Amino acid sequence: MSTLVYVPRDSGALAVGADDVAAAIAREAAKRKLDVTIIRNGTRGMSWLEPLVEVATPHGRVAYGPVTVADVVSLFDFGFLKGDWHRLGQGHTEQIPFFKTQTRLTFARCGITDPLSIADYEAHGGLAGLHKAIAMPPAEIVATVTESGLRGRGGAGFPTGIKWKTTAEAKAPQKYIVCNADEGDSGTFADRMIMEGDPFVLIEGMAIAGIATGSTKGYVYLRSEYPDAIAVMSEAVKLARDFGMLGPKVFGSDYAFDMEIRSGAGAYVCGEETSLLNSLEGKRGVVRAKPPLPAHQGFLARPTVVNNVISLASVPIILDKGAAFYRDFGMGRSRGTIPLQIAGNVKHGGLYETAFGLTLGEIVDGIGGGTFTGRPVKAVQVGGPLGAYFPRALFDTPFDYEAFAKADGLIGHAGIVVFDDSADMLKQARFAMEFCAIESCGKCTPCRIGAVRGVEVADKILHGEEPAKQIALLTDLCNTMKFGSLCALGGFTPYPVMSALTHFPEDFQPRTFAVAAE
Amino acid sequence: MAVELSAREIGDRVGAIVDACASLEGPLLPILHGVQAEFGFVPQTALRLIADRLNLSRAEVHGVMTFYHDFREEPAGRHVLKLCRAEACQSMGGDEIAERAKAQLGVDWHGTTPNGAVTLEPVFCLGLCSCAPAAMVDGRVVGRLNDDRIDAVIEQVRA
Ligand SMILES: Cc1cc2nc3c(=O)[nH]c(=O)nc-3n(C[C@H](O)[C@H](O)[C@H](O)COP(=O)(O)O)c2cc1C
Ligand code: SF4
Ligand code: FES
Repeated sequence: MSTLVYVPRDSGALAVGADDVAAAIAREAAKRKLDVTIIRNGTRGMSWLEPLVEVATPHGRVAYGPVTVADVVSLFDFGFLKGDWHRLGQGHTEQIPFFKTQTRLTFARCGITDPLSIADYEAHGGLAGLHKAIAMPPAEIVATVTESGLRGRGGAGFPTGIKWKTTAEAKAPQKYIVCNADEGDSGTFADRMIMEGDPFVLIEGMAIAGIATGSTKGYVYLRSEYPDAIAVMSEAVKLARDFGMLGPKVFGSDYAFDMEIRSGAGAYVCGEETSLLNSLEGKRGVVRAKPPLPAHQGFLARPTVVNNVISLASVPIILDKGAAFYRDFGMGRSRGTIPLQIAGNVKHGGLYETAFGLTLGEIVDGIGGGTFTGRPVKAVQVGGPLGAYFPRALFDTPFDYEAFAKADGLIGHAGIVVFDDSADMLKQARFAMEFCAIESCGKCTPCRIGAVRGVEVADKILHGEEPAKQIALLTDLCNTMKFGSLCALGGFTPYPVMSALTHFPEDFQPRTFAVAAE
Repeated sequence: MAVELSAREIGDRVGAIVDACASLEGPLLPILHGVQAEFGFVPQTALRLIADRLNLSRAEVHGVMTFYHDFREEPAGRHVLKLCRAEACQSMGGDEIAERAKAQLGVDWHGTTPNGAVTLEPVFCLGLCSCAPAAMVDGRVVGRLNDDRIDAVIEQVRA
């Protein structure tokens, strides 16, 4: 019988040599005349162990990592195909503490199945939600999503069920489901991992959204920086169509739903939903004033649900297991699970799905294991480039929408970027302004001009030009941007800037430059 | 090196791309991506053809094209090296890697080496933030960059 060996195809694994490792395993197996089948799975999310090679044994899957091409011969020599000891051995994959302590609902299959096998998808619980949805009155689907407490995972945390209800009640000959797969926030990769590792769950979620709201057409607006995700999603859509999951009669029902994958073009602001819709229509990705809401007048001025990838990919399990099952996880008004993305200068980085409520300290020091460099943690940026920098003093903040807002931060798309004590917070504040200046859509002055001024002011502080005056100016500028910007690009850039200034004022003080001995 | 294309040749190829996208809702971005994939950049003559076919003004098409970082008005080098400049990569020494790459190639951001081999571009996050610093070479991802790994990447593309 053929031995199954798993080598991830996730771009996080490809970036550290997974293709070469897979090829080396195939070559070595052929040389030794061993019957091995290599499956290119998604990632288990333990990035520091990638490429993580797994072998299916009679007593479960056993993991080895991080594997390089140079390790392959010795893996064979030591009997990894039987799950035997090797210095890279990690034991049973599901017993690795980082994996074992998670609650995987949205990512239940990611890393386990072959992403492009519908049979595998179905064998691991896929499609159950869609079949239930087809058998329910659409209003009941919407009610289930509302009761689950699911809030948009794209950043704003708006209740998904309420958004669907608005679109469901809108009357129009054509409505749309648009999946926001622009994932521009640095420190985030959950959307990418699910699209590369379990694409059918997103397709299923979108089909359910279509049935619930009376929308027959879906678009995934996927950033061009993710060519691997674009390839997997495009192939999965074709397979889903052939399988009858998409088309004029979804699984033989009276519901029609089909979808297309569209590539972005390298503009961060196109993650903002109205800018995204303009871009999808073939226009400049300029932000639209609201109202009208996209739910009423979205793509081509027709009613449109715009949801993040993770919001939509969480729907199938809610439909399958029920609203109460999902709702029972979490804290306060943050229900269910959240895929934390632990990144940057951290020992154990990767994707960690868990119920809301862990503290930032538990996440960074506990799960993440502190910094990669072994130096003290200085700051943690949560929620992407528009998120605040947290000092250790705020490590007791629980991961919850409201608790983060209270601490003058945001959880955004749940990206967590760790910095050690070599970080220069003035430099980080300057970068936040620079990024805003580069990516501004240009519609409003506080953002377009303010960000450019912000960079200049940061430079003056760095060079010790009237620092007290410049710091007052920076604060003032942030206030103008916060209250005078149309969207969160200009409106939230003050978060990283002001949190850096508030929590790390020493980095904004005049510097004594060491004079180089020439 | 760059083969001069006749206006007619560009016209035929752009026409075919527009035809292939004709039935799409909001076809302009797919068309611009298609044109760039075909020629490596978006030639000026293509803008007018696209505008005519979509019933837009040339200025509108130009406005859309220039809004997005992806579309080029000039051809790039034979290889495109994108280095992530965003926060997770910064936390792992991405800025130093970028300085090293710039020095080795002798170009700044958006620059192309004099021999036309490499164009260096910034990118803001490749979704590889848990194996930072990260890069993309001609669409292929590279993570956990350090001095040796970036040198090896540059060695591959600089010739
Ligand atoms: C500048 C900016 C960038 C954004 N980028 C993204 C993004 O990349 N992905 C995303 O899902 N939402 C992003 N959003 C939030 C969207 O506007 C919108 O709230 C979201 O797509 C709604 O989906 P959800 O309710 O499922 O979260 C961004 C917002 C702003 C202001
Ligand atoms: S805040 Fe910036 S990105 Fe947002 S609408 Fe205004 S100019 Fe555009
Ligand atoms: S911040 Fe560099 S890959 Fe995400």
